[in-house]
Amino acid sequence: MSETTMNLTLKIWRQKNQNEKGRFVTIEAKGISTDMSFLEMLDVVNEDLTRKGEDPIYFDHDCREGICGMCSLYINGQPHGPKHGTTTCQLHMRSFHDGQTIVIEPWRAAAFPVLKDLAVDRTAFDRIQQAGGYVSVNTGGVPDANCLPIPKVKADEAFESATCIGCGACVAACKNASAMLFVSAKISQYALLPQGQAERWSRAQAMVEQMDAEGFGACTVTKACEAECPVGIKLTNIARMNRDYFNAKFFKEETVHH
Amino acid sequence: MILDSKIPEGPLAEKWSRHKFNLKLVNPANKRKFTIIVVGTGLAGASAAASLAELGYNVKTFCYQDSPRRAHSIAAQGGINAAKNYQNDGDSVFRLFYDTIKGGDYRAREANVYRLAEVSVNIIDQCVAQGVPFAREYGGLLDNRSFGGAQVSRTFYARGQTGQQLLLGAYSALNRQIHAGKVTSYTRHEMLDVVMIDGHAKGIITRDLKTGAIESHEGHAVLLCTGGYGNVFFLSTNAMGCNVTAAWRAHKRGAYFANPCYTQIHPTCIPVTGDHQSKLTLMSESLRNDGRVWVPKTKEIAEKLRKGQIKISDIKEEDRDYFLERKYPSFGNLVPRDVASRNAKQMADEGRGVGATGLAVFLDFADAIKRLGEDTVRAKYGNLFDMYYQITDENPYKQPMRIYPAVHYTMGGLWVDYNLMTSIPGLYALGECNFSDHGANRLGASALMQGLADGYFVIPYTVGDYLTSLGFKPVDKSNPAFEQTRLEVEENVNKLLSLKGSKTVDDIHKKLGHIMWEYCGMARNEEGLMKAKGLIQELKKEFWNDVTVLGENEELNLSLEKAGRVADFIELGELMVDDALNRRESCGGHFREESATADGEAKRDDEHYAYVAAWEYTGDNQPEVLHKEPLVFENVKLTQRSYK
Repeated sequence: MSETTMNLTLKIWRQKNQNEKGRFVTIEAKGISTDMSFLEMLDVVNEDLTRKGEDPIYFDHDCREGICGMCSLYINGQPHGPKHGTTTCQLHMRSFHDGQTIVIEPWRAAAFPVLKDLAVDRTAFDRIQQAGGYVSVNTGGVPDANCLPIPKVKADEAFESATCIGCGACVAACKNASAMLFVSAKISQYALLPQGQAERWSRAQAMVEQMDAEGFGACTVTKACEAECPVGIKLTNIARMNRDYFNAKFFKEETVHH
Repeated sequence: MILDSKIPEGPLAEKWSRHKFNLKLVNPANKRKFTIIVVGTGLAGASAAASLAELGYNVKTFCYQDSPRRAHSIAAQGGINAAKNYQNDGDSVFRLFYDTIKGGDYRAREANVYRLAEVSVNIIDQCVAQGVPFAREYGGLLDNRSFGGAQVSRTFYARGQTGQQLLLGAYSALNRQIHAGKVTSYTRHEMLDVVMIDGHAKGIITRDLKTGAIESHEGHAVLLCTGGYGNVFFLSTNAMGCNVTAAWRAHKRGAYFANPCYTQIHPTCIPVTGDHQSKLTLMSESLRNDGRVWVPKTKEIAEKLRKGQIKISDIKEEDRDYFLERKYPSFGNLVPRDVASRNAKQMADEGRGVGATGLAVFLDFADAIKRLGEDTVRAKYGNLFDMYYQITDENPYKQPMRIYPAVHYTMGGLWVDYNLMTSIPGLYALGECNFSDHGANRLGASALMQGLADGYFVIPYTVGDYLTSLGFKPVDKSNPAFEQTRLEVEENVNKLLSLKGSKTVDDIHKKLGHIMWEYCGMARNEEGLMKAKGLIQELKKEFWNDVTVLGENEELNLSLEKAGRVADFIELGELMVDDALNRRESCGGHFREESATADGEAKRDDEHYAYVAAWEYTGDNQPEVLHKEPLVFENVKLTQRSYK
């Protein structure tokens, strides 16, 4: 690993708030180290702006370890940037070259309104989870953990679905702004586990209906979501969700508790 | 005020059962007459909010992130301890209790720690019932691994993402209660003060980060589940937004702050590369199960390596010093975190560090890959290896990782009694936010355990006892204390917005971090601490005279958010230094150079310092008053920790 520095031209989306119109602003970023993360590069830009008395760029981020799902950014036309299987916070400047122009936008989706600059409102995701993304057990009074053996293969498969970090890259990548990869990951986690069976059909119904109510688009199987997902959530989750949803609608319809 | 820890009478193993019986209950029909405020939605906050709402209380949750699911518990990697003894390797509630007390270097309360060990088994059951996908054996039962500071395998895990899976479990339980209308969730809200009426906490003041609205919220009890204060060091493994503000503002309203100098420096983090660095990334210490820590045997070899004159592969086996295995044969690479960290620092100090800066040691998987095969190593640690690769551009399957200690966790926090109540009636602190269970050093895989123990299995019992004493009246929102406190917060925000100096908030924060790391980090001494105190006082003046805060209140305002937090960190930093000065002994993560054994290990002074130091705020720029809660050990014999 050897550190070098470079100069970049950033075209960044600036938008004062949800109601005002946004626009691209060009900022020169000089002396950027290849060892910096993408967000550290933005930190440097923000420090410069602040010193000049200009409003720093607002972007969402928190853990900077690729797990909290708070960071976003549509970088040169790709959610979380050019590197495969990684979040923006784990993207490093060595993925770029000296003199490059980098276009930085927020997630674009009607269900994710821009709050300011690069930050969007993703509370729609929370509302979908609230509609049914759980097993209805109260604290206490549950059986011993080893009373319920689960085949390792099943447990591992459920884990693969459960790793979704809820960042919204799938929505941003999709030309229809569909949230199906996100929703299906949670539905699949429970559909694969014995704990999830009791509410399997009502859960699929409730979550899909909330997803539709939030204004996310339909899936036309372009696989853009799978390609851009930073944690490798598979398209098969969507197939499983659709199967469960139709199964529920046509054969096992239950009253969904709203 | 005399500190009453409210530890129940009776033998250790019966204390919690007896106490639960003696606590007053709230009739199910009366629970809906109470509102409980929960600040922070990590493991402690989400589990508490969900459990209390299930019982019938009305709950309001607050978090600064855009969703409760983002809380930093999510980043915990390695696992969660529980005394299940599923491995038949000699574990028990008492052993987990003993390991935790010993690991904490005998600076935690016996009763609290025993309760923690006792309810640990319920946590695993609860999480499995929620659908948390823990790692399993081929027979379908749960898998365990061993973790630093323990000789049994009691750690449950979900690959290297245990915190994520546990938090998503608690978040799902919380979501169910939000859906049921029992919890109202406020996101992108920051708590800025506690509302006090007749000496009791009756609500909080928050700032809506989107609109700037400064609002008051009333509740019969307030639970702070706001995590630790590691970001006082600027660089830490905490999330960027982690802060002490909620706890600190509560401290200024009368909640005592306990053992602030107890900070944990985690041994296995990715080393710092430069000034641009914004945070540090932890590599789970589960890696120490299979990785071997070493540095070159001599300064000369290390220097050649740093200069690129030789490659790692050129260093012969006999020229490698596996220093943890050499010094601690019985625990080897699995010694507790404080011991591993200090030894790494010692290697760097001796000039035997590696990497361009020399501030790193190797964590080598070559033997593990030879023994287990690359596929097995990948299955166990794949995501950690990937993360390392992303950040460093070095492939840990082919060459050893470079690691170095970094600030990771804070054992100190708001003082709480056995019921988790702070010195302010009605104000509770759960999880990392309180000081209660880890003494002077926390063992690996115990933070997740404590957060969930407090939230799922302690507070649902203890808060009711307080609520019954209040009667069933709603909180009087028209009490002038609400508007008065709100105005004070507004005034403070306006004061910050009026600052138009030449320094950025980060400039000041970085300076504070350097002072803390240099003088109040892995090793501390009288002279350095005295110097740090002066530097922090100067820095405080610099902040209020020369920092710049841009923009206005009525918008998402990055510089305003940071400014408030850094102002509080500066004040906390001074208290940490005071606490470190006061404690003239070494214990756990607090290493006073003046108090070491002949071979350089931490030396406690039980005669003079077997107490909890609880600090009382007495006013701006006034010295804080120290209250001592003696620690009484009836079930373990105090020994000098030895991992040799």
